[in-house]
Amino acid sequence: MTGPPRNAFTRRDMLRATLLGAGTLALPSCSAVGAGLLDTGPSAGSLAYWNLFGGGDGVRMTQMEDGYRRANPGVDLQAVTLAWGNPYYTKLALATVGDKPPDVAVSHLTRMKTLAAGNLLQELRPEDLERHGMTADRFNRRAWDAGLIDGRIYAIPIDTHPFVLFYNTKICDEAGLLDAKGKLRPIRGQDAFVDALTRLKKVTGQYGATHGINSDTATPWRLFQTLYAQLGGEVLADDGTRIVIDDAKARQVLDFLRQLTVEKGLMPGSIDYQGAIALFASGAAGFHLNGEWEISTFQTAQTPFSMTLVPNVFGGDYAVQADSHTLVLPVRPDQDDRARLDLSLGFVRSMLDQSLTWAEGGHVPAWQPFATSGRYEKLTPQSDYAAAADAAVYDPPAWYSGSGSNFEIVMGSAVGAVESGGMSAEAAIAQIRSKLSELANTAPPV
Amino acid sequence: MATTIEPPTIRTPPPARRTTGTRREARPLGHGRPALLMLAPFLVLYVLFIVGPAVYGVVMSFFDTSMVSTGLGTFAGFDNYGEALTSGDFWAAMWHTLWFTILTTPPLIVLALVFALLAERARRARWFFRLAFFLPYILPSAVVALIWIWMYTPALGLLTRTMTALGFAEPNWLGDPDWAMVSLAVTTVWWTLGFNFVLYLAGLQDIPRDLYEASAIDGAGPWQQIRMITLPLLSRTTSLVVVLQIIASMKVFDQMYIMTQGGPNFATRSLLEYVFDVGFTDFRSGYAAAASTLFFVAVLAVSTGWVVMTRRQEPEL
Repeated sequence: MTGPPRNAFTRRDMLRATLLGAGTLALPSCSAVGAGLLDTGPSAGSLAYWNLFGGGDGVRMTQMEDGYRRANPGVDLQAVTLAWGNPYYTKLALATVGDKPPDVAVSHLTRMKTLAAGNLLQELRPEDLERHGMTADRFNRRAWDAGLIDGRIYAIPIDTHPFVLFYNTKICDEAGLLDAKGKLRPIRGQDAFVDALTRLKKVTGQYGATHGINSDTATPWRLFQTLYAQLGGEVLADDGTRIVIDDAKARQVLDFLRQLTVEKGLMPGSIDYQGAIALFASGAAGFHLNGEWEISTFQTAQTPFSMTLVPNVFGGDYAVQADSHTLVLPVRPDQDDRARLDLSLGFVRSMLDQSLTWAEGGHVPAWQPFATSGRYEKLTPQSDYAAAADAAVYDPPAWYSGSGSNFEIVMGSAVGAVESGGMSAEAAIAQIRSKLSELANTAPPV
Repeated sequence: MATTIEPPTIRTPPPARRTTGTRREARPLGHGRPALLMLAPFLVLYVLFIVGPAVYGVVMSFFDTSMVSTGLGTFAGFDNYGEALTSGDFWAAMWHTLWFTILTTPPLIVLALVFALLAERARRARWFFRLAFFLPYILPSAVVALIWIWMYTPALGLLTRTMTALGFAEPNWLGDPDWAMVSLAVTTVWWTLGFNFVLYLAGLQDIPRDLYEASAIDGAGPWQQIRMITLPLLSRTTSLVVVLQIIASMKVFDQMYIMTQGGPNFATRSLLEYVFDVGFTDFRSGYAAAASTLFFVAVLAVSTGWVVMTRRQEPEL
């Protein structure tokens, strides 16, 4: 009987391969991967931190994480950045449900309410916070109060990030829009705004202003909400179960936006987020409407720019769309571990102490010891729009609402479609009503 | 020096184990208990990870289960199914999936066949053509999506610049609701062509050479050869490719999720992405299970159609 051919896979080869495979399993057992595979839990000196900061924000947050590492060499900080919006919150919620959450996570204030309603966040007790010097009076009043749920604390606000106006100082100077000190003269009213954009378009030869529209539902919503709130309008009531859109006011805002993009060509109606930034940075437009976080991007691009509040276009009480970033502690199986709680709160405090770096990234700090100090006043253009924090209009509370939520996607898609000329204002309002009423009539899953 | 060739020894299989008594008819389980023991590990994992969760999903679809709370939640009867069947978003997602299938299946079959025929005829560097057409298939979906997002970028992307250089107006690849699905289809064809290409290559090599020679003697031209010999003899491969392609297109998710997030204005949201959105992002797993069960029925219908169609060719089915 002949044996197996020379090059066949023999029993000996099989045993050798198995031993090698088992050997390689021993290698990752020291790391987090091995910890996950073997379910041994995080080691005592490690801290997992999730955030959703990319772009300019991401650069600042990395600097702050490095600052924490330098001050705490004994702690292994594992920071993870995930894609902004629904993907981040889906992963955070599922990780918490699966008992493998990060120690500390970033959450928008408007989304934090839904997470807390789903019992996914640890309640923060005042006595624990006091141990780390975080008391209610040391935070921006509006941001702090907006984050309380029945008087209980679930999140620590680190900033308010409003929708702002970037302006190219050189182009605005040529267009005659600057005052004697080189700052943009306040623009009040629709006609003044259209006039400013027309002058800028004449100087640049392309556009007056830009903002993201394609594949970007957040920016059109933020612009709409700013103008709509200036008219005094609201969208949802009763925790999102009732839709209270004022058709006339919504129509007024949408028609105004359509006029700017489609009819007068003062803003491009079809440009994505990065494209809008690129057009402003390269001088193809004089204004850029975006969140203040893109300040780092334009500083790196060395565009001659400054920032200010979005103009009060419709003239009512000043309002501007904003949200706040907060730090939350997800519910975890080893919640009673006091050492881990202190480690996490220590990290939160460290982020607050580095508010200068964060404010340099454009945000209005919520930590008052820094916000009221001279150093913040000296930060320009960041301190030019600090008033926005007190005029901030947050997204209406609902289980399907918040930054990057389905609510923003529904609103932003419709507004974006109007701006790109693909949909009329009536059709957009009808689409908004029908899609929101589906969400409003659904029983909340939290 | 005479070389001796040892005749290959033929090893007869041991006789089948017989229980006492009469011989049985053909046993579908082969050798009885040892066969079951060999299959047991796979069966256990299969039941635990595929059959079990599928059954749990169907059970869950009758309750208002929430992702963030434990247990099944309140009983909802057929409400979830009713909501799915009357939901505009559900049917829109079905239509988007169907449209995507229509856009991708014909090119993926025809182009794969054309390239396989061409690669088969290549005399030199045949390995290069086979590699070139198959290589995109091994890339992970995220890599493919990233490459094509850059190519589709307005004003700056490769495709846009090519179009404007040739003098055409640039279409808004991923931002125009009418174009977005076409762009995703182009990406998918580029990516998954390789798999059908390889299947067709294998099918082509099964066709005996002498058929071509005989037909050439009888005066058939190359086009006639393709029509009368190649295509009929590839019919089994083609039917396999068609059904695999249709089912794979119906299950599309990655391209939409990464490249357009279902936009613009939900124009590219496929059914699986809809299930993901309502189940994982909105935390409504009960409703998502209902939508997903309805989709399972649809895919099952397609597969059953194929089995019925090919029953003539495969007598043992």
